[in-house]
Amino acid sequence: MIAIKTVKYYVKPAVFLLGLMPLLLIIGDLFEITGTLGANPIENMQDRFGIWGLRFIVTVLMISPLRSFTGFAWITQFRRMIGLYAFFYVLMHFLVWLLLEQNLLMSAIIEDIATRPFITIGFIALLMLLALASTSTMNIRKKMGNNWVKLHSSIYLASILGVWHFWWQVKKDITEPLIYAIIISILLLYRLRKKYRYTY
Amino acid sequence: MLIKKPNKIRSYEITSERNYLNRRSFIQSGCLIAGGILSQGIHSANLPDQPFDKLENINKSDYSTDEQINNIIDVTSYNNYYEFGMGKADPNRNSREFQSRPWEIEVSGEAEITGNFDIEDFIKPYQLEERIYRMRCVEAWSMVIPWVGVPLVDVIKKFKPLSSAKFVKFETLYDKKRMPGQKSRVLRWPYREGLTIAEATNPLPILAVGIYGRALPNQNGAPIRLVVPWKYGFKGIKGIVKISFEKSQPKTSWQMAAPNEYGFYANVNPKVSHPRWSQARERRIGSGVFASKQPTLLFNGYEEHVAHLYDGLNLRRHF
Repeated sequence: MIAIKTVKYYVKPAVFLLGLMPLLLIIGDLFEITGTLGANPIENMQDRFGIWGLRFIVTVLMISPLRSFTGFAWITQFRRMIGLYAFFYVLMHFLVWLLLEQNLLMSAIIEDIATRPFITIGFIALLMLLALASTSTMNIRKKMGNNWVKLHSSIYLASILGVWHFWWQVKKDITEPLIYAIIISILLLYRLRKKYRYTY
Repeated sequence: MLIKKPNKIRSYEITSERNYLNRRSFIQSGCLIAGGILSQGIHSANLPDQPFDKLENINKSDYSTDEQINNIIDVTSYNNYYEFGMGKADPNRNSREFQSRPWEIEVSGEAEITGNFDIEDFIKPYQLEERIYRMRCVEAWSMVIPWVGVPLVDVIKKFKPLSSAKFVKFETLYDKKRMPGQKSRVLRWPYREGLTIAEATNPLPILAVGIYGRALPNQNGAPIRLVVPWKYGFKGIKGIVKISFEKSQPKTSWQMAAPNEYGFYANVNPKVSHPRWSQARERRIGSGVFASKQPTLLFNGYEEHVAHLYDGLNLRRHF
């Protein structure tokens, strides 16, 4: 059993720093310290922020099965931090699109969100994550009671929308979105099975 | 009565007696000089066998744009060439071992002259030209690339297509060992492309054998590729081994992969969106992180040269 102190003073800061790494590497590449963003830096940043958003969503979904398998109850303490990281990277993905890709050109932004299904579902997923992130403090959680759990189980839907957004966006090679779809399906099926078992 | 005085003949306008008497030899020597200039103007194209080797005797072209040329690093490291992998950096990484010699091009179909030609002999009869063209990818980015090549129309005429030849079909090398990306089934190999005979005999398309005055790098389609500047980049088939003159419209690789997204014509058109993204604007590679996208032009800005090819054609239906 890991001591509470160890988790609080060592594991938590370590996880925090780990979550920051993709951001630092993107910034490092932007200023050509760690590497480069290549010929199309905007596309590069947008893709990397997006994929890290999806990876953190997958990580959040892995927390409860991991706890069941390992018996480490302390793992659940990281759910909020990792969830917030998921929101942060998805938000950065959105902001790169909004500011650098579309240059805040409202007509193009509205056209994209309204008429391109993969952008529409991505935008819906972002709004869902925004709702989750803004209700993530302990105070709000206590105030919301049972509704909080209901609201926060929408992470399942957001994860499906996220991977769907990725799938529809690729030109032809669906290998990568397929891998995420499979992982997310397994994690969701695991929960459905659990729920099914408990109702009987 | 007003008598008009004849215009004074200036002394320099008067031909000397000697030159008058020698007029025949003057004309003859003039013809010789003119002939000399003309014959000197056509250098048979010599093609070195290694990427980045210097190409000699390249003519400039009035079809070139004077826009800012892209950096050679961007042009050689950001490529779509699925034969060497699907990531943009893959072709540069995975094509280093590729040997583009020996290389044969098979010409077949509805033409008087057909057969197999070695790449050097294939390219030799023509004059190399530099063509600085805008390249617009279907993924909404663009570059300006200084190609070196020969006009496709000259090559087509050489093989004397029959009147039954309505289309020209091109195929890339199919060799899984040399092109590892062909192990994936993302597209139906070999890569296939095509043009109508009218498009192929327009002065703009070239068969490129170089960039920046040097032989074509592997990732850009060595040793020979098609460049059709008013169409989306995927029409520019790379590593060509087959050219055939066809009676009917050939199937193209992207059309076979997703017929609702990629058509045979694939003309750059800001008004006809790809089903999943807008084509109204494009990102010019190399313009920096804070640069705005620029508006995409009909036929990629080559409207005056090619619009007449599509008179009466519904560009929305024939995308």
